[in-house]
Amino acid sequence: MSTQLTVNGTPHRVDLPDDVPLLWVLRDEIGLTGTKFGCGVAACGACTVQIDGEAVRSCQVSLSDVWGDVTTIEGLGTPDSMAAIQQAWVAHQVAQCGYCQSGQIMQAAALLAETPDPTDAEIDDAMQGNLCRCGTYPRIRAAIHTAAAKMKET
Amino acid sequence: MSRIGTIARRTFLIGSAAILGGVAFGVYKVRQPAPNPLTPAPGAAALNPFVLIDQQGITLIAPRAEMGQGVHTTWAALIAEELDVDIAAVRVLHGPAAKAYYNSAMVADALPGKGYDTSEFQHTVGEALGGVGKLIGLQVTGGSTSMKDGFIRMRQAGATARETIKQAAAERLGLDRAQLKTENAQVIAPDGQTIPYTDLAEAAALIDPPHVELRDARGWRYLGKSVPRVDMVGKSTGTAQFGIDVRLPGMKFAALRINPNLGGTMNGFDASAAETMPGVERVIDLGTGIAVVATNTWLAQQAADAVDIDWGAAPYPPETDAIFARIAQAFDDKPNSTLRDDGNVTSPRDGGDTATLPKGTISLSADYKLPYLAHATMEPQNATALFTHDALEIWCGNQSPIFQQQACAKLAGLDPDAVQIHTTLMGGGFGRRGEPDFAAYATQVAMAMPGTPVQLTWSREEDMTHDYYRPGALARFTGTVKDGQAVMLDARIAAQSATHQALNRWAGLPAAGPDKVLVDGAFNQPYAIPNYRVRGHVADLDLPVGFWRSVGASFNGFFHDTFIDEMAHAAGRDPLDFRLELIRPVHAPSAGTLDTVRQMSGWTGKTPEGVGRGVGFTYSFGTPVAQVIEVVDQDGSIRITRAWIACDMGIALDRSIIEAQMIGGMIYGLSAAAYGKITFSDGAVQQRNFPDYDAIRMHTAPLTEVAILEANTYLGGAGEPGTPPAMPALGNALFDLTGTRARELPLSNSFDLRV
Repeated sequence: MSTQLTVNGTPHRVDLPDDVPLLWVLRDEIGLTGTKFGCGVAACGACTVQIDGEAVRSCQVSLSDVWGDVTTIEGLGTPDSMAAIQQAWVAHQVAQCGYCQSGQIMQAAALLAETPDPTDAEIDDAMQGNLCRCGTYPRIRAAIHTAAAKMKET
Repeated sequence: MSRIGTIARRTFLIGSAAILGGVAFGVYKVRQPAPNPLTPAPGAAALNPFVLIDQQGITLIAPRAEMGQGVHTTWAALIAEELDVDIAAVRVLHGPAAKAYYNSAMVADALPGKGYDTSEFQHTVGEALGGVGKLIGLQVTGGSTSMKDGFIRMRQAGATARETIKQAAAERLGLDRAQLKTENAQVIAPDGQTIPYTDLAEAAALIDPPHVELRDARGWRYLGKSVPRVDMVGKSTGTAQFGIDVRLPGMKFAALRINPNLGGTMNGFDASAAETMPGVERVIDLGTGIAVVATNTWLAQQAADAVDIDWGAAPYPPETDAIFARIAQAFDDKPNSTLRDDGNVTSPRDGGDTATLPKGTISLSADYKLPYLAHATMEPQNATALFTHDALEIWCGNQSPIFQQQACAKLAGLDPDAVQIHTTLMGGGFGRRGEPDFAAYATQVAMAMPGTPVQLTWSREEDMTHDYYRPGALARFTGTVKDGQAVMLDARIAAQSATHQALNRWAGLPAAGPDKVLVDGAFNQPYAIPNYRVRGHVADLDLPVGFWRSVGASFNGFFHDTFIDEMAHAAGRDPLDFRLELIRPVHAPSAGTLDTVRQMSGWTGKTPEGVGRGVGFTYSFGTPVAQVIEVVDQDGSIRITRAWIACDMGIALDRSIIEAQMIGGMIYGLSAAAYGKITFSDGAVQQRNFPDYDAIRMHTAPLTEVAILEANTYLGGAGEPGTPPAMPALGNALFDLTGTRARELPLSNSFDLRV
């Protein structure tokens, strides 16, 4: 039952049943708690991570099905060295409770990688799976536009 | 005097500040200082319960729960404003469970006044009575009270600490305190010499704090601006630690299943299948359910689902209709409260005679029905506990550390002092995390495994089906209008009393007296209606209910404002004009919010084909809020496209945070109005996860503008007042669009809303 996976560039060997979702491997085994548990049924997006750059709900990906390198919020940037999108989140003071924001940021980062200058309709489409009970949507939208502009400059 | 004695005297100064104005209510106990809970290490000084200085730097204690509302930032700003420290350079912590951190504003809000008519005298009495919060250990975050509570007390905490440090510097330098200045956590002497606060703290701890005047608002550096939130970088990088993120050496992970028939017992269970599942270490009998302890939360959840359980029945009617029939029965009883009774109300529903009404009088009546609602915080309920026979430690996000401490101590058979509560950040509270149930279950699990820390995480399904719900509510309204004017409004509201239940649950206090919260948002609206009565009826049902963002105003805001809209239409008037005319003579700041949304939205009272607009107004938690919501019929479904919000805060302490709270409060209200309902079948809640209990999302959220006004006399709350007017404003907009009046929520039951 030993499985190898790469998270944020670091290889890990974990000893868990094959059907344990990636979410719980990250949180309870590897200790990366930035990825959050919200619903367990892919209905809220709090657990969003990227596998080979694609945004996925880690509560729905079994350990044995992880098909590529995993990037979590911790791998995107750190407090001392934030990614452009995280800087935009801080500039717009997006977070309230903050619990869903790791997932929002991972989803938005995947959107920007594919669509560098998204329209509001494209943001609606990409982000509607990510629930925020605090209602931070207007600032998330603004932060995505700001991050897009900033990433275009560089 | 001993060091602790010195600290206690200093605390007295802070404590007595809370009863500024000196009304001797509850005299000795209220005036007696609450002990300082901070026990600084050698070389450190706790100048009062809110400012801790050691060699490493300055820590401000913000004992209000940070659940997203930005309280840590503004609470710290209140202290920093007077203390002269850079807010980005200090640490802000929740602090322990302690009486010194009582909420003075919450008790003041429980006084029977309407709020908007608060006289100077009542305001002072309210502040004095606030000290009573200390007596019952009301270290609670809720009721949109944090800023009202901290506005004077925390600036005094900062100012007193600053002047005491300056006194220590003056003694060291042989100068007079008045010759010294402070800046950026340093004392500055006339010759330019600087001494950091950290070097002076120990000496300052031995000095009696001098009397201090607060600075004038015109000189504020932090307050009134938009301060970068102290929790923003952590929350943008996944490094902020929530309750569910606590990790301790040797920690195990647990899941639970509690009787879906709320309050029912467990007849028995068979865990034989679960016990052999991967990672499972223990199955624990919780009395009303079971917990499974494993090496991984998901493995624990799988095993918990595999336990075969025989549940006892619920102590309430098992179907939604029967529950609402019981609520309706409350109308047959004598009212629990009549907190408004102006003029002479003659209601045909009370057998009053309307045949004699003057010619041209139009009568109308309407019945409303609102469902039970779940809080559905993004972070499911959870707590981590470590039991070591003679002590218990709990880590959890919570809105009420002292209640948590008391509940867990009782279960563990320990003295409350042996129970340490570590309050973490929380992934949403909305009133849910004032309840101590999640910490209590974690305590039960930890007691079965002494010496091993265990984190107990609820599945989303357990969270949604075991809430303390926003009570379902019914209302019966009657009114008359004549010549375009409101003549009479008579309101009767029936619901379970969340207040009676919670006081009993949290503090063991018996249910008694008129429940102001049950009619909040209805009896205290600033309308000049000559004949105006509001009565509350308490429904007797043993179904767990609690405080849900904006509490009574979450249903009364809809009832009252929707009926005002119905009266306006019956009177043949523009609904915004009708409200303004009735409000302006009573409360100018409330009228100001309506004037402002009229301007912002370009309100004309007319909308193009396929577009509807509604206005909503609720005065709650000291803050009047007006909203205009726009809906558009697009491709066969109705979309909420735009919103305009105007609130009057009295004093806007942080504009960015207030704007966020107003938009967030509105979206929380729109989510409930559009989609939210909790229903019961066979005694169990039918909605189990977000697919059954959806909310506003990115593509359904309106484009929103917010105006923050400051004409109100006193500081208002920010966290809740944005929620109540959103629900009627949406219903009123749908009426404008479709001609169909929404008298029940959620609106998705009767309108084709975009999902």
